Amino acid sequence: MSITEEPITLDEPTISGRSLWQDALVRLRRNKAAMTSLFILVVMAVASLVGPLVWPHPYDRVYSEYVRVPASLEAYPHEERIVPEMERSLSRARVDVASVEVEGDKVRAEITDDDEVDPRITRYVDRSDLFSNAKIAETSADGRSAVLEADVARLYFIAGTDGNGRDLLARIFMAIRISLAIGLLATVVALMIGVAYGATAGYLGGRVDNVMMRLVDVLYSLPFIFFVILLVVFFGRNFVLMFIAVGAIEWLDMARIVRGQTLSLKRREFVEAAEALGVSNAGIVRRHIIPNVLGPVAVYMTLLVPKVILLESFLSFLGLGVQEPLTSLGVLISEGAKNMQGASWLLLYPSIALALILFSLNFIGDGLRDALDPKDR
Amino acid sequence: MLSYVLRRLATAIPTLFVIITISFFLMRVAPGGPFNLERPLEAKVMENLNRIYHLNEPLWRQYLLYLSNLLHGDLGPSFVYRDFSVGDLFAAGLPVSIQLGASALTLALIIGTVLGSIAALKQNSTIDYLVVGVATFGITIPPFVIAPVLSLIFGVSLGWLPAGGWGNGALPNKILPIVTLALPQIAIVARLIRGAMIEALRSDHVRTVRAYGLPTRVVVMVHALRAAILPVVSYLGPAAAALLTGSIVVETIFGIPGVGRYFVQAALNRDYTLVMGTVVVVSIFVVVFNMIVDLVYAWLDPRVRYD
Amino acid sequence: MSTTENVLSVRDLKVSFKLADGQVDAVRGVNFDVASGETVAIVGESGSGKSQTVMSLMGLLASNGRASGEALYRGEDLLRLSPRKLNRIRGDKITMIFQEPMSSLDPLYRIGRQIAEPMIHHGGLSPKAARAKALELLKLVRIPNAERRLDAYPHEMSGGQRQRVMIAMALANDPDILIADEPTTALDVTIQAEILRLLKDLQNRLGMAIVFITHDLGIVRRFADRVYVMRAGEVVEQGAVSEIFVRPQHPYTKMLLAAEPEGHKEPVPDTAPVLLQGRGVSVSFKIKEGFFGKNSFELKAVDNLSLTLRQGQTIGIVGESGSGKSTLGRALLRLISSRGEIIFEGQDLTGADLRRDRPLRRQLQIVFQDPYGSLSPRLTVGQIITEGLLVHEPELSRKERDRRAVEALKEVQLDPAMRNRYPHEFSGGQRQRIAIARAMILKPKVLVLDEPTSALDRSVQKEIVDLLRKLQREHNLSYLFISHDLSVVRALADTVIVMKEGKVVEEGLTEDVFARPQKDYTKELMAAAFMSQEARREAEREAASAKEAEAS
Repeated sequence: MSITEEPITLDEPTISGRSLWQDALVRLRRNKAAMTSLFILVVMAVASLVGPLVWPHPYDRVYSEYVRVPASLEAYPHEERIVPEMERSLSRARVDVASVEVEGDKVRAEITDDDEVDPRITRYVDRSDLFSNAKIAETSADGRSAVLEADVARLYFIAGTDGNGRDLLARIFMAIRISLAIGLLATVVALMIGVAYGATAGYLGGRVDNVMMRLVDVLYSLPFIFFVILLVVFFGRNFVLMFIAVGAIEWLDMARIVRGQTLSLKRREFVEAAEALGVSNAGIVRRHIIPNVLGPVAVYMTLLVPKVILLESFLSFLGLGVQEPLTSLGVLISEGAKNMQGASWLLLYPSIALALILFSLNFIGDGLRDALDPKDR
Repeated sequence: MLSYVLRRLATAIPTLFVIITISFFLMRVAPGGPFNLERPLEAKVMENLNRIYHLNEPLWRQYLLYLSNLLHGDLGPSFVYRDFSVGDLFAAGLPVSIQLGASALTLALIIGTVLGSIAALKQNSTIDYLVVGVATFGITIPPFVIAPVLSLIFGVSLGWLPAGGWGNGALPNKILPIVTLALPQIAIVARLIRGAMIEALRSDHVRTVRAYGLPTRVVVMVHALRAAILPVVSYLGPAAAALLTGSIVVETIFGIPGVGRYFVQAALNRDYTLVMGTVVVVSIFVVVFNMIVDLVYAWLDPRVRYD
Repeated sequence: MSTTENVLSVRDLKVSFKLADGQVDAVRGVNFDVASGETVAIVGESGSGKSQTVMSLMGLLASNGRASGEALYRGEDLLRLSPRKLNRIRGDKITMIFQEPMSSLDPLYRIGRQIAEPMIHHGGLSPKAARAKALELLKLVRIPNAERRLDAYPHEMSGGQRQRVMIAMALANDPDILIADEPTTALDVTIQAEILRLLKDLQNRLGMAIVFITHDLGIVRRFADRVYVMRAGEVVEQGAVSEIFVRPQHPYTKMLLAAEPEGHKEPVPDTAPVLLQGRGVSVSFKIKEGFFGKNSFELKAVDNLSLTLRQGQTIGIVGESGSGKSTLGRALLRLISSRGEIIFEGQDLTGADLRRDRPLRRQLQIVFQDPYGSLSPRLTVGQIITEGLLVHEPELSRKERDRRAVEALKEVQLDPAMRNRYPHEFSGGQRQRIAIARAMILKPKVLVLDEPTSALDRSVQKEIVDLLRKLQREHNLSYLFISHDLSVVRALADTVIVMKEGKVVEEGLTEDVFARPQKDYTKELMAAAFMSQEARREAEREAASAKEAEAS
C-alpha cells in the first residue's frame, strides 16, 4: 500500500491479475478426469466429422454378402469364402464352372457353357461385394469355354456389419454425429428459452416473477415425456421436431437455475452499488448479472447435453427416433439389443460409443462445476 | 396436517385437469384413428364401431363424456384390447409394476445410502473414487443397454437366471428386472447422499457434536445422515412415481406384463382411452408422491412448515 | 497465578494445512498454560491462528490440517489420543462454545435433546434424568420459560438464546475447561454484555477454567486473568492482563491497544449549507406469511424519521441489528422506495424517475459493509472504479478514464499498478479502499457509509477511519455514517442518531449524547459498548497511579 509520488504517466505500469475465469481454467486443467474426458470427446467429435470422409464405406451402403459379419481386423472376404462365392455368382449366370483358383488378390475361373459364353456374365460377378473388375481373360476357339478373371475386393469391417450388411463403424460415426448434434441443438434451445425466461423473472421479481414461476411449476407437473412421445408418434419422426420438443422440456430447469442465480445476485451489494452509481438496468444485467450467471449455466449446459442424448436414445430405442437410413446411437443400440445373441458386437460398440460420450460430458460438467465453485478453498 | 393434505389435493385437481385436457386434444388432432387398420374395415362395420365408442359425436361432447366417466372412476373401454376395459388392464398390470418398482426403490435407497455415506466419510480415498466412478457409470449407462447385457450374461451365457419372462411372478424372474431398475437409482441416491453428507459433515452443528465427544456412529447416523437424506427425499417423489408406474424398457426387454408398455403401444395404435388412462394414472401417482414427499420432508426438517 | 496446578499446558503447538498450492502454516510453535479456575484469553486479529490453536486441541481441524507438538491435559496428550479416548475428554472435561450461534446447533433436533445428548453419553444418565438436568441448565443460563423452550427447535430462538443453549450444553458435565471461540462476536452489543456477564457468573459459581478466544481487547481486559497475544501463528506477548494493558512490550500489542479509533469531530456551524434532508421518511416491507399471503403484515423498518445533513457534517446513525439504520441509508439514496420527502440541494427526490435522477446520483454515493460482496467479482479493479464514469461522463476516452482510475487509487492510498487485478486478489481493507475509490471518482458531495469498518480487523479499521477523515477534510464531504460500533461513530461523527425498531431513540451532538445519554436504551448501549474503553481508561488510571506511587 505504498503511495507513489511521481507524476502520473499515461503508460502507468500495471500488474495483470488472474480473473475468476482464468482461475477456473487453471483448476480445470489440473483435473485429470475432466481433461481426459475433454480429449476423448474432441477425438470422437472429430472422428464423427472427418471419419465418414476418409472411411471407405458409406454409412448407408448395403453389402448383401456381408450381413452381420463379426468385427475383425482382417480383411474380408476370408479365403475359404472366395471359391464358393464365385461358384455361386457364376451359377446365377447359368454357366458351368470347371475350376476356380485364387492367386493373391486375383481369382480365375474356368467356365464352360452350352452356348457361346456371353461376355456380359461378368456383371453377375461384379454384382457380388467380393469381386470387382471381372473380365473374360481368355476364350476358347469355339467360344464355349472361357477363363474369367476378377479382383478380390478386400474390405475391412473392423466393427463388423449390421443386419442389413452395412458397415457398423461408418454407422457409428454417423450416429455420433447425429446424437451430438441433437444434444447440442436441444441444449441451445433450452438455453435460449431458459436464460431469457429465468433472467426476466428473476430480474423483474415481484408479481411478474410469481406468475412466471407458477407457470413453470405447472409445466413441471405435466408428464412431458408422454407429450413428446405423443408428438413424435402423431407427427412423424422428425429430427427437428424432436430436438425442439426435448429442448422445450429441458428449459424448465434452466429457467429455475437462472432465476435463482439472478435473484441472489440482485441482492448482492455490488449490484446495489451499481444502482447507486446510476447504471441502467440493461447495464447492470450486462456487466454484473450475466457474467456471474454464466458459470452455473455453463455447468448445467454440459450436464444437459448427455441428458438430451440419453433422452434421444431412449426415444430411438422405442422406435421413435431418427429414421433410416439415418441413425443415432439409440437406434444402433436398440438394433444391437435385438441381435444380441449371435451378433454381440452390434450392441457392444454403439454402447461403448454412447457410454464414452456420456461419461466424458458428465466428467467435464463435474470438473467445470468444481473449477468454477471451489468449496475447498 | 389433514387440512394441509386436503389443500394440496385441491390444488392438484386443476393440474390434473390441464394434463387431461392437453392430452385429450393433442391426441385427437393427430392424424389416424383406432380403426384405421392396414386392411380397411367395411364402411358399415366402421360406422358401428364409431357409434359404439361415441367417435361419431362432436369432439367437445366426447371430451365432456370422458370427463364425466372419469369422475365416476370409469376409464373407458380399450380400443385395441377389445375385450378389456382400461381399468381391467391397469388392475392386472399395475400390481406387477408396483411390485418391481417398489423393490427396486427399496434396494436403491438402502444400497445408495450406504455407498454414498461411505464415500463421504472416506472422501478422496480410493473407496470414494470407486463409488463415484460406479455411480457415474450407473447414471450414464441407460437401462436399455444394461437390461440386454444383464440378460445376455446371467440369462444366456451363465444360465443362472431366466433371460426374460414373468413366470407368474417367480422370484428368479424378478431379479434381473429389479436390478436393472435399481442400478441408476442406486447411482443417483449414492451421489446425492455423498454430496449432502460431505456438506453436513463440514457444517457447524456437526462440528459441535464432534466437539462434545459423541461417538462417530452417533455423529454420522443421528446428525449428519438426517441432514444428508433431505435432498434424497425431494428426489424420491418424482422418482417413485416413475418407478411404480412401470418402465417400458425393462418390461419390453424382459417381457413383463406391467403397465409400462401400454403407453407407447397405445399411442402407436391410437388407443385413445388407454393413452388417456395411462396419463391419468401416472399423473395421480406424481401428485400423490409429491405430497407424500413434502410431508416426509416437513417431518424430517422442523424448519419447514405446512402452510 | 502459578501457585495452582496447570490443567492444560501446550508446548510447541504447530498447525499446518495442506492446500493445492502448498502448505500453509497457521500456528507456528505456540506455548501456553491454563491453570484450573483461571480465565486465559488468546487475542489476535483474523488469520492469527488463534482459532486453529484450540480447534487442534479439540481434534476439530479440517481434514487437510495437521497438528504437532504437545497439549497435556492432566498428563494426557490431547494431540496423540485415539479418537475413542479423546471423545472421553471432549464434551465432558473440556467443552467448547462457538462463534456462530445460528448454525452451531443441529436445526433438525429439539434443543432439550441436544443438551441431553452429551450427558447421556458421558455421564451415563438416563434420557429422563438428562432431560431433567437439561431443564435445570436452561434455568441456570437464564432462559425464560425453560420448560417450554426445552422442546423448541433452534430456529425458534434468537442468537443470544442459542448461545445460552450452547453454554448450557458446555456446562452439563462440570467441565474443567471451557473453550469459548469468539462467543459474542456475532451478537449485538447489549446481548454480548449479557452473555459475558453470564459466563463470568457461572465461572464464579462452578469454578471451571475458561480459554477465551477473541479479537476484542476490551473483553479481555474485563474478563481475563492472563492473556496471550497472537500474530501470524505465534504468541508475540503474554502475561497478566493488568501487566499487558499497562506496559505492553511488543509493538504489535501496542498497536492493537492503540487501534481503538480516536479523536473526535468538531460540529459544523449552523450556517453550513444543507445538502440532504429527509422529512418523515418511512419504509415498510410487506411480509407475506402463509398460503396466498393470508397472514401478511407490514413491517415498518423506518418509521417517520427526519434528518438534516449539512455540508462537511458527519451524522452517525447507531443501532443494533434490525433497528432500520441500513434501510434508512438506502432509502435516502433512493435505492429502495419510501414515503416522506427526501430533498437534495433543494430538489425533491421523491417521485423522481431514474432518468432525471441520474445526474443527482453522482452527488450521492454509498460504501457498503461487506468488502467481499460489494465488488463485482468478474471485473477488474480498474473497471469497477470507473463504472460510474461510463454513466456520468460517457464522453471520456479510455485513456482519460484510466488516468482518473489511477488518480482515484492514489487518493485511497492503493498502488495504481494493481488496477488490472481482480477483487479476490485483495485483502478486506484493500477492498474497502477500492469501494471508497469507486464512490470518490464521481466527486460526490454526500457519502453514505453503511458499516464500512465492521467487517475489518481493528488495526485495518483504524486506517480506513483515518482515510475517511482525510477525504472529508480534502473534499469537504458530508457523511452519513451507519454503524453499530459506537467507538468508531464517536471518533468520526459530530452528530449522532440512535435508532431502535425504526424509530429515533435519541439524537444530538456526539459529545452530548455520549457524555450524557438521556434514554435508558442509549445508556444500556453505551455501557455494553464501552466496556473496552472504560477498561482501558481504568488501566491508564491504574498505570498513572502506579507511576505516581513509583515517583513518590
